[in-house]
Amino acid sequence: MLIKKPSDIPSSEITPKSVYMDRRRFMTGATLFGAALATAGCEMVSPSKVSANTKLTTTKSPLSTSETPTPEKDITNYNNFYEFSTDKYGPAELSRNFRTSPWTVKVSGAIKEKKTYDVDSLMKLASLEDRIYRLRCVEGWSMVIPWVGYSLSNLINQLQPTSKAKYVMFTTLMDMGQFPGQRSGVLDWPYTEGLRMDEAMHPLTLLTFGLYGETLPNQDGAPVRIVIPWKYGFKSIKSIVKIDFVDYEPPTAWNKAAPNEYGFYSNVNPNVDHPRWSQATERRIGEFRKRPTLMFNGYGDQVASLYNGMDLKKHY
Amino acid sequence: MPRRWIVLLKVVVWALCLSPVTLLAWKATHDELGANPLSEVTLATGHWTLYLLLTSLAISPLRKITGINWLIRFRRLIGLFAFFYGCLHLTTYLWFDKFFDLHEIVKDIYKRPFITAGMTAWTLMLPLALTSTAASIRWLGGKRWQTVHRLVYASAIAGVVHFWWLVKRDLTRPEMMAAILTLLLGVRVVDHFLANRRIQPTAVSQNGD
Repeated sequence: MLIKKPSDIPSSEITPKSVYMDRRRFMTGATLFGAALATAGCEMVSPSKVSANTKLTTTKSPLSTSETPTPEKDITNYNNFYEFSTDKYGPAELSRNFRTSPWTVKVSGAIKEKKTYDVDSLMKLASLEDRIYRLRCVEGWSMVIPWVGYSLSNLINQLQPTSKAKYVMFTTLMDMGQFPGQRSGVLDWPYTEGLRMDEAMHPLTLLTFGLYGETLPNQDGAPVRIVIPWKYGFKSIKSIVKIDFVDYEPPTAWNKAAPNEYGFYSNVNPNVDHPRWSQATERRIGEFRKRPTLMFNGYGDQVASLYNGMDLKKHY
Repeated sequence: MPRRWIVLLKVVVWALCLSPVTLLAWKATHDELGANPLSEVTLATGHWTLYLLLTSLAISPLRKITGINWLIRFRRLIGLFAFFYGCLHLTTYLWFDKFFDLHEIVKDIYKRPFITAGMTAWTLMLPLALTSTAASIRWLGGKRWQTVHRLVYASAIAGVVHFWWLVKRDLTRPEMMAAILTLLLGVRVVDHFLANRRIQPTAVSQNGD
């Protein structure tokens, strides 16, 4: 698949050099740290010890935006994670004792070899990249988030899906003990999400293990989640335990909750309003003025072709 | 109740009613409003409009049930504070959300039911605030003044509907507000019904005279 660099970012949005240099220093630091660990030997960080706040060894990616990332404090305190709480400031506190190790991801359905991965071995399946993506929440706010992960296609290629694999379905952990929100009927638990096969194979679709160069904080979907930057945030399912390859359009949590408000595709689209509010503008966290929302969240050059000939008003 | 106590209580009520906006101002100047401060201010001022509006609606029934007549002297104050928070809430919307783009605002009111309901709630509060002085009661006459001020019921209903319609999924809070409002309006309906029953025998006897 041809990977184009995003071209729709005005030069006014390009990160100031000082910030950029800081980030470079940070990245160099992270790489050096990783290299130091590697030379020190694997005993130092055995796979089972990987937990929150572990530095990850990463490389840069041409798929990153050059926009300034949202401060880590905001990314880790302003969360929609209904399994913990419907209050945005709830997950940071309530996820403190969430157990992300041991953690397995069961892969099943229309693939050659059904498998259960330990999350640490899943993380090592491909080299980790820094992917700085825009995130647009369906509620009308947005962030720029420096994720760490690799294209989901790396995993899918290894699994060798059969011709019956038309869609991929993801499922979040079901555990009322650890997820107090699952005791309420606010959504039909466990949370599920889905992508069409070509969407799942798109290089932008990121199997995500980290944030700001470290393993994912619990409130951001640890230990492994999906990030699909051209879709509204709720499509980017968190704390995944199951990946299923199916031949039908998978049921998705928000679509089940309110089918007229949240469609299966849920591509960011300023021209299709939420039935109750406008999607034409967004508030970037940290900014005063609202900015116009971009088609496919600014990733149109890369993903618009996936939806050729589709009526996006109908397939919202 | 001695006048001095009423004055003291008024000071307390003023302080209580001003505490949410004071807290917001303190948070704003100390970077404590979180990641999305403008949304935080909008939500907080909206919540307090409803809380105070419902409180003002609780005063008459409370007075009837408990027989504490001086409660009535706080109704206007609390009602006006509800309007004050309503104005702040409206301003956050007009400013931070729409940046005073008149075309967008009109379109929004027309197109979005929850905005329509919210604007209705605020608009219905406006005549009540404007006629809240003793002079207006004299000018309108007690009976007409009372009829005008029944608009508060419609305003509260519109306010709760506004809250209900804007919430994404978790309806706990709007449901609580709706339950309280139903109770407060229900008490009035029951009271009205009972009062009619009390009056009827008198009416019959009057006819008999």
